[in-house]
Amino acid sequence: MLVKQISVFLENKSGRLAEVTKTLGSNNIDISALSIADTTDFGILRLIVNKPELAEGILKESGFTVSCTNVVAIAVADEPGGLAAALEVLDSESIGIEYMYAFVGKTSNQALVILRVEAPEKGIEELTKNNIKVLTSEEVYKL
Amino acid sequence: MILSKDVECLSRKDMDQLQLERLKVVVKSAYENVPFYKKKFDEIGLKPEHIVTLKDIEKIPFTTKDDLRDNYPYSLFAVPMKKIVRLHASSGTTGKPIVVGYTKNDMENWSECVARLIVAAGGHEEDIAQVVFGYGLFTGGFGLHYGLEKVGITVVPASSGNSERQIMLMQDFGSTIIVGTPSYALYLSEVAAEMGVKKGMHKLRLGLFGGEGHTPEMRAEIEKRWGILATENYGLSEIVGPGVSGECFCQCGMHINEDHFYPEIIESTSGKALGYDEKGELVLTTLTKEGIPMLRYRTKDITILNPEQCKCGRTNVRMNKVLGRTDDMLIIRGVNVFPSQIESVLVGMEHIGPHYQIIVTQKGYMDEIEVLVELIDGKILEKFSELEKVEKDIRHKLKTILQIDAKVRLVEPKSIERSMGKARRVIDMRGK
Repeated sequence: MLVKQISVFLENKSGRLAEVTKTLGSNNIDISALSIADTTDFGILRLIVNKPELAEGILKESGFTVSCTNVVAIAVADEPGGLAAALEVLDSESIGIEYMYAFVGKTSNQALVILRVEAPEKGIEELTKNNIKVLTSEEVYKL
Repeated sequence: MILSKDVECLSRKDMDQLQLERLKVVVKSAYENVPFYKKKFDEIGLKPEHIVTLKDIEKIPFTTKDDLRDNYPYSLFAVPMKKIVRLHASSGTTGKPIVVGYTKNDMENWSECVARLIVAAGGHEEDIAQVVFGYGLFTGGFGLHYGLEKVGITVVPASSGNSERQIMLMQDFGSTIIVGTPSYALYLSEVAAEMGVKKGMHKLRLGLFGGEGHTPEMRAEIEKRWGILATENYGLSEIVGPGVSGECFCQCGMHINEDHFYPEIIESTSGKALGYDEKGELVLTTLTKEGIPMLRYRTKDITILNPEQCKCGRTNVRMNKVLGRTDDMLIIRGVNVFPSQIESVLVGMEHIGPHYQIIVTQKGYMDEIEVLVELIDGKILEKFSELEKVEKDIRHKLKTILQIDAKVRLVEPKSIERSMGKARRVIDMRGK
């Protein structure tokens, strides 16, 4: 159920993001979701792609500082309280969230959320137990 | 006013005579008491008695900052430690500082030399001087402090920093002289302006600036903003600290205290002696220093000597403001910084690569230094706090080891320019 996410270190200067996406594009790698967080000087780009191992290798070769980690992808009802229900499960089990971001999927009426949690396996187990829909990596990579 | 007319206005002949007498004594003492000098002399078959004329000084090998570092901390001292009453230190070219020691007589002479330049600039016992140099191991603060006291000036040892309080003290205490680095004096003028303190609301009339050079434009700006006469003085810890030379109120070159320091100008690459009015590296020999005599110390500062008598009446040789360096030393807010020191801090730090770049800029008139390092470890990308910690750790290390407050910026791998030959480690954009 774990989804692989690529993190890329980027300086805050023009063209860097374009460079990453171009590199991925020319290698036929499709981006399903992305998020960027930044300070004044640098940012960290987080990507969900259809071929994570390949993406990691190619970006490293191109000189980027890259890492690959496991995250959890869930689908929650796109209505008030939808996300809260999922987060409450994690909270009740004291599973901390490092960061999370939502993205748009092609499936209707569901909001898709990527969660980076301290204990991903346990998180998945608890979420599933509580009827929160956890997406498989295949499902996510296809988006 | 001339504090010590007997030596500051000596005829050339008499000064030469005095210098020769003292040179013979210091050379003998160095040879007999410092194994480092004895070894250097013996290697080329030189004996102290071979120094018969002043010109013979050229037979003596040069001493460099590396020699001080290699003999860290006390091996160049010519007297037993019980005779040393003060230690000071300044940054060396690598992590270790260089250490200098002063005997009681050295302290006396040091104060005298500094007092002379204070009087030459126009200071007198009615004055109240606020010293905004950092006190501590750096020679600037204490050096000026003792000289000011010797003149009979009221000293306010404010030390550097706490800028708003400086302005308050300046107003409340009625400070008439400000002593520090020119860049800090300019910065303080900005602080004063922000606080609404204008000319006429303080009593400053004179500035004694050192620790770093300043351009004529910067001097003009300081004088305009504060409404003071800004004078420059020169010195280095290895020789004595401040007090090697200083400008009189005529502001036309720094009078060298020639009875204590013998100046030469050499061609930096060949070591060949150059004459008056020729630009080259300043080499200084201490003529009276007991604690740590320096024979032909290469300052790496580039200047020109002028033997003409000054309008003020002094006859001693004047040196031009420092025109440059023969090495890559940077002066950041009065603190000497070598790129190699920064490198030694970075080596062995986790998560970053071996390449770095130092960017020096000016904000207003304050120097700012930024160190760029490449992040190569992807493992810490999961937490922002870890990335920030890398920056913070480097910054902290630079601060504790080099006493400089540098901004640290993580950049992408291979984004720092690689060069085939000597890497361009420093981009100095000040004054550009």
